[in-house]
Amino acid sequence: MSGPRRAAPGGRARVLLGLLLALLMLLPFVVNPYLLSVLTLILYLAYVGQAWNVMMGFAGQLSLGHSLYVGLGAYVSAALFVHYGVPPALGFLAAILVALVFGAAIGFLAFRFGVSGVYFALLTIAFAEFTRIGFDHFDWVGGSGGFFLKVAQRDYNDLVNLRGSPEMFYYLLLAMTAGCFLLCHRLMQSRIGFYWLAIREDQEAAQAVGIDVFRYKMLAVMLSAALASLAGVFTAFFNNNLFPFQIFGIEKSIEIILGPIIGGLGTLFGPILGAFVLTVLAEGLRGTMEALGVVLPGVKQVFYGICLLFVIMFLPHGIWPSLRRRLGLDSDGRR
Amino acid sequence: MPIELYLNVALGGVLTGLVYGLMALGLSVIFGVVRVVNFAHGEMMTLAMYAAVMLFVYFKLDPLLLMLPIMATLFLFGYAMQTAVINPFITRPEHSQFILLVAIAIIMINGLLMFFGPNARNVLVDYAYDSYQIGPILLDKVRVIAALAALAVAAALFAFFRYAPTGKAIRACADNNRGALVVGLNVKRLYALTFGLGSACVGAAGCMMVLLVDVTPMLGPTYTLLAFVIVIVGGLGSMGGALLGGLLVGVSEALAGLVLTPSAKSMVTFALLILVLLLRPQGLLGRKA
Amino acid sequence: MTSTSNKSARRLPGVTRRTFTGSAIAAAAVAGVAPFNIVRGQAAALKVGVILPKSGPQAFFGQSCQRGIDIAPALLAEMGYNVKLDVTSVDFETNVDLARSRAEKLVNDGAHVLIGPFDSGAAGAIAQVAEQKGVPFMINIAAAPQITEQGYKYVFRNFPTAPMLIGNGLSLMKEFFKATGATPKTAVFMHVNDTFGQASARGVEALFPRLEMPFKILETISYDPAARDLSVEVAKAKASGAEMVMLVSRLNDSILLVREMVKQRFEPMGIISPGSPGMYEEQFFTTLGKFSEYCVTNVPWYNPKSEIAQKVAGAFRKQFPNDRLIGHIFNVGFSFESMMIVADAYQRAKSTNGQALAEALRATKIDKRVMIGGAIQFNEKGQATTIASAALQNRNLEPKVVLPAEAQELKPVFPVPGWNNRG
Repeated sequence: MSGPRRAAPGGRARVLLGLLLALLMLLPFVVNPYLLSVLTLILYLAYVGQAWNVMMGFAGQLSLGHSLYVGLGAYVSAALFVHYGVPPALGFLAAILVALVFGAAIGFLAFRFGVSGVYFALLTIAFAEFTRIGFDHFDWVGGSGGFFLKVAQRDYNDLVNLRGSPEMFYYLLLAMTAGCFLLCHRLMQSRIGFYWLAIREDQEAAQAVGIDVFRYKMLAVMLSAALASLAGVFTAFFNNNLFPFQIFGIEKSIEIILGPIIGGLGTLFGPILGAFVLTVLAEGLRGTMEALGVVLPGVKQVFYGICLLFVIMFLPHGIWPSLRRRLGLDSDGRR
Repeated sequence: MPIELYLNVALGGVLTGLVYGLMALGLSVIFGVVRVVNFAHGEMMTLAMYAAVMLFVYFKLDPLLLMLPIMATLFLFGYAMQTAVINPFITRPEHSQFILLVAIAIIMINGLLMFFGPNARNVLVDYAYDSYQIGPILLDKVRVIAALAALAVAAALFAFFRYAPTGKAIRACADNNRGALVVGLNVKRLYALTFGLGSACVGAAGCMMVLLVDVTPMLGPTYTLLAFVIVIVGGLGSMGGALLGGLLVGVSEALAGLVLTPSAKSMVTFALLILVLLLRPQGLLGRKA
Repeated sequence: MTSTSNKSARRLPGVTRRTFTGSAIAAAAVAGVAPFNIVRGQAAALKVGVILPKSGPQAFFGQSCQRGIDIAPALLAEMGYNVKLDVTSVDFETNVDLARSRAEKLVNDGAHVLIGPFDSGAAGAIAQVAEQKGVPFMINIAAAPQITEQGYKYVFRNFPTAPMLIGNGLSLMKEFFKATGATPKTAVFMHVNDTFGQASARGVEALFPRLEMPFKILETISYDPAARDLSVEVAKAKASGAEMVMLVSRLNDSILLVREMVKQRFEPMGIISPGSPGMYEEQFFTTLGKFSEYCVTNVPWYNPKSEIAQKVAGAFRKQFPNDRLIGHIFNVGFSFESMMIVADAYQRAKSTNGQALAEALRATKIDKRVMIGGAIQFNEKGQATTIASAALQNRNLEPKVVLPAEAQELKPVFPVPGWNNRG
């Protein structure tokens, strides 16, 4: 975990970030709806990747069950909306609350009982799977039969009820991603960020210098869970139907963590870059296969796996750290 | 419900649990020595199951006879994989290993899909529908044979680690990596051997499993997860623990199916895992780190 | 299935390509594929986008449905539909998120109407795109009742909802008992606990008392769709002492279940499905052999005596000589009907405009159809209401229609012979 951590965004980085944001804001005006849907997917993965990165990248706690918090956020906000008419603009608070409770419970149990490393990762999977099967039998939200939201067509964008055009959902995600980016940036500059770094690099040493390790690990888990649950609220109202095996599945957890790891674990920009690279890779492979007339199912995924294999073999710290060096964005020029 | 029902179901759970145990044994051996989390474990078993199906279709040989050649193939596969791909990752952090093995798993699942298509395949031996009746107890013949074979393979592996010089060397390597280097053991080769042995183990388990369930390319991930649960419950790196974990999971799942609604029975397995992790993180038979 | 690219349809703005400079291959692939043939001299071809799961867990069914799509254009022309259909088929890999983005892509490439997807989750996702873009979406197969209850205006479904399916199935069951003169007094209800299975189970729960079924359900056993083995489930069913097994299954689990019943020597009067896949499928027969015999499934089925069904059968045999029609007819029948409905609506609408097509679809009335049932019609929610079920019994390794009488191929047998008293 000795990977380079961050470059304090100097002038040049700030300008580039500003340009990227401007580009992302302008894109919906020029791209076609299909590309907009791909961009939405990229932003979604970037956002959940950022959320996961807080826990693993910053504080070094490996969660392989992050779909749990996404799913809880989705189901809580959707259930409030369907059963009580609570709009997601309020429901998201409840979603965060539930995710916080679950995150705190898992964190408390794990850290108090000294569960760490692979064992901690498996504990998170176990909780996610346990919840998935639980929701399969939870009739109040449709069980495995699925939970469906009414879709009323509206001509205007309604942010309170999250009903509107694809552009609205795109901008919402863009705002969430940008906000999360700023939050992470602030955290990394703060004392909390330094404590997390200390814990990530050497927990015992951190303890020795007087950092309340338990407290800051809890903070990381809970913050990460809360952020992830917001992605769930988005999913619920974007997809309008929820199935436990889809939202809580371990495939979803893997999808969440691929982006940040490929992009650059513990970096600010890594999750965003990773989401972009992986999504474009998948769509590109699909398009290439179609153009070549390859209809054999599975070929695309095999190539995807091979690409993943090569990235992790040759860029162990992810794409962003080496790319950043090339772009000359490293603050100290050394890393 | 009558007591015979519980007895029947529990015995079925014991037999299945032994096969689960053998599968998990492979994982435990690999983790115990190489310290790499083999997240493609279930996929490797699926590979062995397909090998058994193909050999059965072409040569009409019983999967139990096919066990040795399939174990040998999986051994070579595991040995090669460790040497070529995994070795550089031994010192890397867990998440890095995880992604590597997930990538390997994706390639394996979809490679199988490409070659064999999505349909379930199975091996229909002559005795597929037979069962033994002992009083009120009804034992599925296939399950009995698979469980016995699992025990035999596990015993062979125990003996290897206890008595064979290579086995002892591997154990030394697991206990004290640096020490092993100092006394001049070729650690890389031993790691590869271990990975091969673990793979052979899961190959044997695959030959038995194919008698019990139909194989599809998508089968792998569930078994990977199951193997992990078993190994953690029993104690990572403990061979006896893997078998015990297999038995526990097999029996508890079977009984949970009776008591609860069967579609929720895996909840009990995960609950068991959570309990063990919290109360005895090193597993039931694991040594404290 | 994708047609070759056509430069004139390359209408992605330059900026979008620039966003993809990070991956040149991707850019080429995304921008360079124009799936629809531009049919020269006939500007009015209706572009039909077909979305099916041709890989992943449902690959078999997606590929089967595709056959029904493939035979449609030529056969519809032969039947006198004077419309040009330009079909593009894509695979959503049994992944719901992908179903949505595939639909976006098809619509973006100019599809006037969407057909698919053999899956309720995917249908829900595609429906959103269809609704947003004002492109009619014709569902060939998907049973979750909510899809036509969510308030969509462009979604049409020529397939029964799970409660309709179960209602038909249970009613047929009563007739089945009447026809054979044997009625079980008790049953155990086993169902797979996935989207379809749970929707069906709810249907059973709601309809059972209302239909005054002649037997009692002693126990309901729901099992995991990814179940590795079903020995406990069968042991539980056997211990319930029920005379009959009522089953809502998928394919693999139905095989596991019957095999386990044989092993545990559980011999009920029969296994009857009130409406689910599995027991009439090709693989059920090849895997289980004689043990597949006599199982009964009440499902929508093709009418062997209908003229169009015979034409479909003929076209299928011609185009796919290596496949057994009976293993595909369910998927092929509904997929073909979707194409027929769309062609019919287009002929009346005389426009590729989404709204006009949707209005034409809503006014659909086609008397001659492939499947058993009344004329094809949709209610105000876009739901077809006249699809009937047939009772199929497996005989000589083939599903045969035993009820209703007008489509009967063989007389029903019940109670069924024991596992070891079969040929």
